Amino acid sequence: MKHDKIERNSILLLVGILLVVAVGGLVEIAPLFWVGGTVEKVSGMRPYTPLELEGRNIYVREGCYLCHSQMIRSLRDEVERYGHYSLASESMYDHPFQWGSERTGPDLARVGGKYSDEWQAQHLADPRSVVPESVMPPYAFLEKTPLDYRDIEKILKTNRAVGVPYTDEQIANAKADLEAQADPDSDGVEAMQKRYPKAVARDFDGNKEQVSEADALIAYLQMLGTLVDFRTYHADAPENRR
Amino acid sequence: MTTQSNTVPWRVDLWLIPPALVLGFFIGLIEAGKSPDPRMAVQGWTFALCMLITGIWYLWYHAGRTPPDERRPYNDAVVKAGVVASMFWGIAGMLVGVIIALQLSFPSIFYFPDLDWTNFGRLRPLHTSAVIFAFGGNVLIATSFYVVQRTSRARLFGDSLAWFVFWGYNTFIVLAGTGYLLGITQGREYAEPEWYADLWLTVVWVCYLLVFLGTLWKRREPHIYVANWFYLAFIVTIALLHVVNNLAVPVSLLESKSYSLFSGVQDALTQWWYGHNAVGFFLTAGFLGIMYYFIPKRAERPVYSYRLSIIHFWSLIFIYIWAGPHHLLFTALPEWTQTLGMTFSIILWMPSWGGMINGLMTLSGAWDKLRTDPVLRMLVVSVAFYGMSTFEGPVMSVKTVNALSHYTNWTIGHVHSGALGWVGYVSFGALYCLVPWLWGKKRLYSNALVEWHFWISTLGIVLYITSMWVAGIMQGLMWRAYNDYGFLEYSFVEGVQAMHPYYIIRAIGGLLYLGGALIMAVNLWKTVTMDEPKTVVAPKLALEAA
Repeated sequence: MKHDKIERNSILLLVGILLVVAVGGLVEIAPLFWVGGTVEKVSGMRPYTPLELEGRNIYVREGCYLCHSQMIRSLRDEVERYGHYSLASESMYDHPFQWGSERTGPDLARVGGKYSDEWQAQHLADPRSVVPESVMPPYAFLEKTPLDYRDIEKILKTNRAVGVPYTDEQIANAKADLEAQADPDSDGVEAMQKRYPKAVARDFDGNKEQVSEADALIAYLQMLGTLVDFRTYHADAPENRR
Repeated sequence: MTTQSNTVPWRVDLWLIPPALVLGFFIGLIEAGKSPDPRMAVQGWTFALCMLITGIWYLWYHAGRTPPDERRPYNDAVVKAGVVASMFWGIAGMLVGVIIALQLSFPSIFYFPDLDWTNFGRLRPLHTSAVIFAFGGNVLIATSFYVVQRTSRARLFGDSLAWFVFWGYNTFIVLAGTGYLLGITQGREYAEPEWYADLWLTVVWVCYLLVFLGTLWKRREPHIYVANWFYLAFIVTIALLHVVNNLAVPVSLLESKSYSLFSGVQDALTQWWYGHNAVGFFLTAGFLGIMYYFIPKRAERPVYSYRLSIIHFWSLIFIYIWAGPHHLLFTALPEWTQTLGMTFSIILWMPSWGGMINGLMTLSGAWDKLRTDPVLRMLVVSVAFYGMSTFEGPVMSVKTVNALSHYTNWTIGHVHSGALGWVGYVSFGALYCLVPWLWGKKRLYSNALVEWHFWISTLGIVLYITSMWVAGIMQGLMWRAYNDYGFLEYSFVEGVQAMHPYYIIRAIGGLLYLGGALIMAVNLWKTVTMDEPKTVVAPKLALEAA
C-alpha cells in the first residue's frame, strides 16, 4: 500500500499535510484581493476621523463586537429592522473588521443618527436606565476617563501603512482635528470637515471640560452606516456584479 | 533512547534556552520601563515575571545535578506539569464562563459600573481563551508529549526544550489573559492576543513542532502511529493559521495596539478561515489524536479500521479548511465564496462521521467495559458528542438554516455541545487515564467520583445545549416574525427579554459542569497523594507502546 511510504517518513507526512491544508485557503481567500466587484464602487466612503478612530479603538477594546454585529444580512427582516444590507465597501477601512458573530444586542451597522448623543451617553453609563430589559454592561467609566490620544498621529500613520488612504495633511492635523470634532465651537471645525466630509462636530458626552472616552465612542457610533450615499449605489451595475 | 549515560556531551537546549529567558526578561523590563502605554507597561512586567519564574525553575531543575527525569526512559515530568496546568486552567476557564453566564442572567447584580475589567466584553475572551487555549492547549501539549514518546519508543527530542514549550506556552496564556482584562485585544474572536503575544507564541510553537518532529525522527518504530498524524496536522496547521491571521502592524514597538494588515471583507474571511480551523485543527484534529491513542489503549482493542483512519485523516484536513465562509453567509462576502464554504461544510459531515465510527467501533468486543469503566464511558460519550455536533454543524451551514440560526444563541449551544461534550470529555478521559499511569498508581482514587463527575456534567451539558437550542430558535423566529399588517412583530429588546429564563438555565448547566470538574480535581489530587505501594511503570509501559 502506497500510504506506507508516507507514514514511515515524517517529512513526507509534514509536506503532505501542508499541501493539503493550503488548497482551501488559497482558492477562497486569495481571489478576494483581486476579483472585481468584491468591494463595491460607492460614493461617500472616507477614512475615519481621528476622534471616530479613537472611538473605534474603544469599541474594540471593550469587546463590543462580542455582542453586537455590524453586518446587516441581505434578508427581508434585517433590512426592515436595520436598514440597507451592509456592503463590503462600508468596512473597507476597517482594520480589523467588526462584523461580529452574535446578536446578544442589536446590530449596529447603521446605528448612526438613530439616537441622540444624550441617549447614547446615558445608555452607555447605565443601559437599564433607558432600556430596562437590557443585559448590557454599564460603561460609566468612559465619560470619566480622559481620552488618551497622545499617539493619534502614529495611529493614523499605522493605518496608512496597512492601506487606509490618509493624506499627509490629515496626519499632520490629526490632533487638531480630533480636538475640533469634540468641540463644536472651536475654530478648527471647518478645516476638519473639509478633510473629512460629513463629519459631525459636537460635544458628544455633554461635558465641555474634557475630551473623554465617551466622546470618542459616541462620535464613532453616531457615524456608523451614515457614509455611503445609497442613491448612487446600484447593485446591478457591471462594476458591482460578483 | 533508553541509554542512561551520565555524561551528556553537548546540550544545545542548555545553551539556548537560558539566554533566551534572560533576553526575554530584559525585553519585558524595557517594555515596562520605557512604554508610554500604561497597559503595555503592565504586560512588560508580567512577561518579565514569567521569564524570571521560568529561569528560577530552570536553575533549580538543572543546577548541580542531572534532573531525575532525564535518567528515565521517557520524559514524563513535563507531561505531569501539563496535566496539572490543564486541570488548573480548565477550572479557571469554566469559572469565568459561569460568571459571564450569570452576568447575562442577572445584569444588575453581576456588573460593576466603574470596574472596567469586570465587564462581559473583557471576560468573554478570557473565558474562551482559558478553556480553548489554556485548558485545551495544555491537554494537547501534555498528551501529545506522552503519546509521541510511547508510540515512537523514544524520549522527547531536545530534552529541556519540551519544558521551554510548557513554560513558554503558559507564559503566552498569562500574557493574553491579563491583557484581556486590561483591554488589550485585536478584536477578532479567538485571535484576541496582540502582536507581541502572537510573536511569542510563534517562537514557542516552532519549538513545539521541533520537539514533536524530532521525537518522530528518533523513533524506533517503523511506522508513525495514526494519533501522531493528527497531532502533527494540528501543530503545523495551527502555525500556518496563526501566522497568516495575525499579520498586523503595531503602532510602535512600545505600544500594545496594532492594526491588522487586511481590512473589511478580506479580513473577515481570513479571520473565519482561522476561526473555523481553530475548531477544525485545535479542537478537532488535536483531540482526535487523543481519541486514536487513549480509546484503543483504555479498551485494550486495536483501532477499528486502519484504512478508515487514512481516509478519515486526509479527507478531514483537506475539507475542513474550506468551511470558514459558513460563518459569513448572507453577508457582504461574495456569493461564490459563501456557496463554496457551505458546500464543503456539508461534505465535511462525512469524514467527521468516518472518524466517529472509527472511534466508536474500536470498542467492538469490549462494549461491556462501558458498564464497569466510567473513564472509558467518558471517552466514548465524547465521541458520540463529536458525532452529534459534527452533524449539527453541517446542518447549520445550510443557507436556509443559517438564515435563522446565525447571530443567535443556537450557535453558542452548538459550540458548547462540541466543547463540553467532545473536547471536555475526551480531555477528562485522557487525564483520568494519565494520572494513575504517570504517578505510578494502579487505579484512580475513586471510580464512584468519576461516576458522579460523569452524570453531573452530562446533566449540565443537557441543560446547556437544550436551553440554547430553544433560546436560539426562538430568537431567530422572533427577529423574522411579521404581524398581520406586514410589520415586524417584535422589537429587538423583546427578544432580549425572552432570553432571560434560558440564560438562567444555561448558567445552571455551566455550574453543574464546573462542579463536575471540581469533583475530578479532587479525585485526581487524591489519586496522586493516596497511599499505595508504588509500582515501577515506566519500563512496562515501554513494552506496551503502540
